[in-house]
This record gives sequence, C-alpha cells and structure tokens, in this order.
Amino acid sequence: MEISVVRQVLDVNDTMSEENRQYFTQQGVYVFNLMSSPGSGKTTLLTKILMRLKPEIRAAVIVGDVCTTNDADRLAVTGVPVVQITTDDFGGDCHLAAHVIRKAAKELDLTDIDLLIVENIGNLVCPAEFSIGEDSKGVVLSITEGEDKPLKYPLMFRVCDVAILNKMDLVPYLDADPDLAVKNMLTVHPEMPVFKTSATKETGLDEFIDWLKAQMAKKAQAAK
Amino acid sequence: MHEMGIALQIAEIAKSAIPKTPEDLKIKAVNLRVGKLTAIVPDSLRFCFEIVVKNTPLDGAALNIEEVPIVAVCKECYAETIITDADFSCGKCKSGKLDIISGRELTVSSIEVADPEESETNKKKSKKK
Repeated sequence: MEISVVRQVLDVNDTMSEENRQYFTQQGVYVFNLMSSPGSGKTTLLTKILMRLKPEIRAAVIVGDVCTTNDADRLAVTGVPVVQITTDDFGGDCHLAAHVIRKAAKELDLTDIDLLIVENIGNLVCPAEFSIGEDSKGVVLSITEGEDKPLKYPLMFRVCDVAILNKMDLVPYLDADPDLAVKNMLTVHPEMPVFKTSATKETGLDEFIDWLKAQMAKKAQAAK
Repeated sequence: MHEMGIALQIAEIAKSAIPKTPEDLKIKAVNLRVGKLTAIVPDSLRFCFEIVVKNTPLDGAALNIEEVPIVAVCKECYAETIITDADFSCGKCKSGKLDIISGRELTVSSIEVADPEESETNKKKSKKK
C-alpha cells in the first residue's frame, strides 16, 4: 500500500528562512549571503568593501567557519560588529542554515544596522541549497581556481544574484583566461551581473558596491 | 556533503507518515523526488539513509529516488527547454532569460507500507526463530 506524503525535505529550513526574512525586513536590514570555495578571498574582499561602505552604510557581519575565529579577527579591524559562527558545535556543518543565522543575529543590535553580510562557509556545494533569509546571494570565484568552476557547480552560480571574479591582479602570472571564466558564469546564469575585482590591489570594488547599494535602495523603496 | 542531515530529515518525515494502526507496520520503501538542480548525490544519500534508519521502524526500507529533470520556460518566446548540462539558455531562441519551473525538488512523495498480513506473517516467522 502506498501512502502519499508530499513534503519538502528542507521544509524546516525553508520555513525558518522565510521567518528570518520577515524579521530582517521589519528591522529594516538588507541581508547579503556571500558564498565561495575556501580561499577565494572572501574575507579580504569583505574587509576592503566594509571600509569603503563606512560611514554611509552601517554594516554588520556574520561569518561562518568550521573551526577558528581567524576570520572574525581579520574582519574586526574594520570596526563593524562581527559575529563568528563555528559549526564545529553543529557537527562541523558544511553550510550555514537558517536556524544558525537566527541565533547569531540575536547577538547584533539590528536597529543600528542597514546591511548584514553573511560570509558563508567556504564551499561551492551545500550553501547553495540552504536559504538563510537573505535578500540576495553572491558568489566569489577567484581566477586561480580555474575557469570551469561554474560549469562544475552550476547550482551555486544559478542561485546567485551576482558574481565576483576575484584575484584579477594575478592574471599576468597565470595560465588562466578571465574572459572564459566570465563566459562560463554567464552560460549557467546569463542574467547575472559579474564584477572583476582584486581585493588586495583594491580594483573593481566600487562597481560591486554600487550594485549592492542599488539593491538596498530597491528594497527600501519597496518597503515604503 | 550534507547528505547525512538530509537523510535524517527524510527519515523524520517518513516516520511521521507511518499510520499508528495497525501496529508494527513494515515500511517497504520511501519514495523521493530529487531535482537535478540540487546538490544531492543519490548514492551518498542512499548510504546515509541506510545508516540513519537502523533500528527504527524504517529499518530495511528502500530509498527510491526519482530524478526530476531541470525544465525552464523562456521569458521571451515561452518555449520549454529541458536543461541537460550547464547551458542555461532557451533551446529555441537561445535567450538566457529563463524561469526554472522544475529541477529544485527535494520531496518525500510517498511511503510504501507492506500489507498488514504480510507483516503479521513475518512477525510469526521471526517469533519461531
């Protein structure tokens, strides 16, 4: 005998993600979920971006890693509030789930925050599957990782609203083709804006920041 | 990489769908629909499922996975395309403006319960042992 069930396996996370989204919206906070593989330069990029956002935009960061608080220490120099999550306590999870974000957000005074950036755990697979209540998702690919990553991990590049191709300053030393990397991103997600940056040399950052500010403005406008 | 967590959720959902009476129903299978645009590896999922259901009412149940293709509808010419590789463009007009209408599924669709008589016979058999 077959008994019909029809239930989404990620029901619990999806529901909580929606609750988070409503909560953040009530608080007037724009949430950006930043994902990438380990070592793509997310933290350096974020540090440089946060410095440029000040004092115009009041930002906060939730940063996830399996172990260590190294990233929170690096981000602390920007002076923005940082909450570090180490998923070791959750069994070394490979992604940040909605319930983890809810708990971390409680440590922040959101009344003073316009923008919450979540630096997800370095992984191109699992974080793509779990919504956390964000307004938009972004992926960082560094040119050193190889041009074909978007084709190998299409889900990640498909779910993201924006992509950043980082470490552009290294192109002269590599046998890598940044145009091909961008082309592969656009094969998976033709409508996605792509920004080329070097976080260490601070190039291309303002273009991305303008995009982010425009998204924040759209949300603020819609709330009115 | 998160298949263990997913397997636990599937087991939870399937367990809560088992009818209370008659008691000790044997579950033959759990049927799952998995879209091709998910980060799920069916083999790892089956492996994890087998482990998490040990010594539960789902012990021995098969995990049947029906893969759901990625289907997109073009926002410009309204043609439907089945996406088979990483190329997300309209099969007809090549536009990249697509709405994905299936492929992200991760759903427990049903469970299959052995007939009560069948379970009964099995129980008697095991008692004799």
